Amino acid sequence: MSNHQNPRDDSRPSVELSEMTLQSQDTDIATAAPTRAQTDRIRTTEAKSQGRLIRERFFRHKGALAGIALLALIFLLAFSSIGFAGIPGWWNKDYDVLAARFNEGRPTLTLWPFSLGEHPFGQDVLGRDYFALTMRGTQTSLIIAFIVGLVAMVIGTTVGALAGYFRGWTEAFLMRITDVVITIPTVVIAAAVAGIVAKAGIIPFAVFLGIVTWTGLARLVRGEFLSLREKEFVESAKSVGASSFRIIFRHILPNTVGVIIVSTTLAISGAILLETALSYLGLGVVSPDTSLGKAINDNRSALTVRPWLFLWPGAFIIGIALAVNFIGDGLRDAFDPKQTRVKQ
Amino acid sequence: MAAHSSVIMTDEQAPVESGPILAVKGLGVDFNVDNEWVMAAEDVSYEIHPGQILAIVGESGSGKSMSSMALLGLLPRNGRSHGSAKMLGKELIGAPQGTLRRVRGNEIAMIFQEPMTALNPVLTVGEQIREAVEQHTELSPAQAKKRAIELLRMVEIPEAERRYDSFPHQFSGGQRQRAMIAIALANDPMLLIADEPTTALDVTVQAEVLDLLRKLNKRLNSAVLLITHDMGVVADLADHVIVMERGRIVEAAPTAQLFAAPAEAYTKQLLGAVPHLGSKVGGVLTDVEVVDGHLSIHEEYAEAALRARETHTASGVVPALELTDVDIEYPGRFRQPPFKAVSGVSLTINPGEVLGLVGESGSGKSTIARAVTGLIRTSGGRVRIGGTDITDLSARQLLPLRKKFAIVFQDPAASLNPRMSIGESIGEPLLLHQKLGRGALDKRVASLLEDVQLPVAFRNRYPHELSGGQRQRVGIARALSLQPDLLVADEPTSALDVSVQAKVLELLQELQRERGFACLFVSHDLAVVELLASHIAVLNKGNLVEQGSTEQVLKYPRDPYTRRLLAAAPVPDPAIQSLRREQRTALLAAGSSE
Repeated sequence: MSNHQNPRDDSRPSVELSEMTLQSQDTDIATAAPTRAQTDRIRTTEAKSQGRLIRERFFRHKGALAGIALLALIFLLAFSSIGFAGIPGWWNKDYDVLAARFNEGRPTLTLWPFSLGEHPFGQDVLGRDYFALTMRGTQTSLIIAFIVGLVAMVIGTTVGALAGYFRGWTEAFLMRITDVVITIPTVVIAAAVAGIVAKAGIIPFAVFLGIVTWTGLARLVRGEFLSLREKEFVESAKSVGASSFRIIFRHILPNTVGVIIVSTTLAISGAILLETALSYLGLGVVSPDTSLGKAINDNRSALTVRPWLFLWPGAFIIGIALAVNFIGDGLRDAFDPKQTRVKQ
Repeated sequence: MAAHSSVIMTDEQAPVESGPILAVKGLGVDFNVDNEWVMAAEDVSYEIHPGQILAIVGESGSGKSMSSMALLGLLPRNGRSHGSAKMLGKELIGAPQGTLRRVRGNEIAMIFQEPMTALNPVLTVGEQIREAVEQHTELSPAQAKKRAIELLRMVEIPEAERRYDSFPHQFSGGQRQRAMIAIALANDPMLLIADEPTTALDVTVQAEVLDLLRKLNKRLNSAVLLITHDMGVVADLADHVIVMERGRIVEAAPTAQLFAAPAEAYTKQLLGAVPHLGSKVGGVLTDVEVVDGHLSIHEEYAEAALRARETHTASGVVPALELTDVDIEYPGRFRQPPFKAVSGVSLTINPGEVLGLVGESGSGKSTIARAVTGLIRTSGGRVRIGGTDITDLSARQLLPLRKKFAIVFQDPAASLNPRMSIGESIGEPLLLHQKLGRGALDKRVASLLEDVQLPVAFRNRYPHELSGGQRQRVGIARALSLQPDLLVADEPTSALDVSVQAKVLELLQELQRERGFACLFVSHDLAVVELLASHIAVLNKGNLVEQGSTEQVLKYPRDPYTRRLLAAAPVPDPAIQSLRREQRTALLAAGSSE
């Protein structure tokens, strides 16, 4: 055809058209009333819950699948190798045992022919097995990141939802609190409190980080609620006598899931970096325990001499953050029923 | 053009040689969706001659807009067009963008549906018109300004010099559309494409804009391509009509012929679906007579109507809905005073009766609908539902009463929760009020879906998978799930295509007859109200100006505003419409001199 307006973009579906094709099927009543058998078939296939539809859409998202696979692999590796909470793993060395350095602590891992060797990730300056150390760091970082994400999500969503839905004094009060939390730099609170909290263990430390990082999510959720509460379906729910609780949790919240998931994902990858930063300042995870951030910072002077001490924890940080982001992307697409076809 | 001695171009254009201004032949538009070409329009052929108004009618998705956008090369990026469209012998399809840009706004101009979004809010209206003038001519800024004021005067904006410096928000909706027309006419286009030019306007304003378009068309001898879904507008304005369905031309004929004797089944069906004002009560405004442009009103007809009205209010049953002196205010903010949306409205609906509440935008009709269903508070007066005063009830006290009334909203796409399946949406009121078990609930939902003529399998679908009409059926099923005594319907069909609207109205009527609920039917469309309502109440700027039986209000309206409203509503019949035009002009003139 000689009349292509813009041949480059021929393959791009546009919003205008998807609307048009939808409307062109605007037949009001299903013209051909489904036969009995058809109805049954539809019912059995359609009876799958929304949860299943979401799963199906999610599993069609290649990036998300890769993310899930990578994260699962990291999880498995971290928790099965050195064991967790007293349960022994398959790796025979501990992260806190000092040993003589072998070949200046260089990694013994070879890919072809594949062999782990004595110290696959090498040894640090003190001769500790760096594989065990990295695994332990990964465990800590994962636990911290997910607890931070969870805590931030719960607090942020609740505050945002209440403020956005009830407006008035509730909103003024909650949002001023949010503003106060935002204005205090995280590092300053951490300097004052984190040192003490971190000594209590990684879980209190993670909860503490969650308590100072929920603000972004609260603002986003409030914004979503502000626009959704004016929608007619909310009015419709009010008109049949639905309680505020039901309207918030059954009607509005499911419509904000996309936003919540995406920002929780960002909070999780942010938490890994925050933990790294605080550990760098000596305010995070305390020795003899370790985290990926701490492992990097402990060895910050070794960059030129023993790059593997940087490489391994760094690779794991990037791997986790990327995997989590991809999963968040896939979840957002899966939760949006308007998106019938998943982005390639 | 160079020969013009004066700045102001003449309104009279030299008659163009007798060929068509635009000749479209075999025009097709396709869109690429996921690497497949989907046809949006095919084999569209027509001609427009100077001075002619050609209307393209069709429902949404018929390709009427897209085939016209293709003329100007304004298709979305994934669209392509083929065929031929010759503007004064010059091929437009496949022409380079540069050529098309010169054509746009110069030889072909366009008027869009929504004047508020089409005007730039930070520039004055005058500047925007001047800009359009300067784009295609070599006039000096002062000359261009003069021309802009001249154009404002031409589209009948009062005090054109002063209004030149006004911003779009200082204009009313109708004036904004006039300003858009002025911009379109800035360079004396040969062809004016008007895409749903009056859809966003109230009927009285629509009538004025249509009059203006007709006048300008006669004066400028240009051609108008009118794209619309409204048969009334077609009957009022067009000389020729093209009916499109699913991208193809179904029928093309002179307007009078098409309305009198439609040849194709689709056209017949489309015309049949359009509600016809006055068809049920036998005419409108029977007591208004216009002799030589002079208005005379036969008061004696109305006397009889008034007597009949008294018998209505005297009936002794407990009304399903009773409003007494209701005031509704929207609270002001900071130093703004509260806005009074409704003041002193009293009306009564008896059980099993349908009352049509009619008014233009901003008249407070939706506000009343929301107050009746307890969604907003009244600031004065009483609202009684089935004899119970709900005015001062708390949310908790109101809860058991909520199953007595229900509301159907205007936009079926927005009034269903996108994350809830159809079954859940319909079942929600039942779940909240009757605490049914899963099995019983399923059964009720299934029977409700059957009541609104939807397949039971739809219960597992989500709103976005349904068409507009189907969604509105779901809205009705949800509203009727608790068998309410009072149904409030807030413009339930105004977002739907006419053929779909007809079916939904039919369903609503059938259900009302079957179940006998009372209904407050809010609408801006008098013809729709006439079909359903036994009584009509007319709102104007928050005040109830007239109330009575449908026949009284339509045939013998007492209030000048009601008369104007009735006269302005276009009727899908060109013969009647041209007679009514006289009436309309007289009444609107009487209205503006008030």
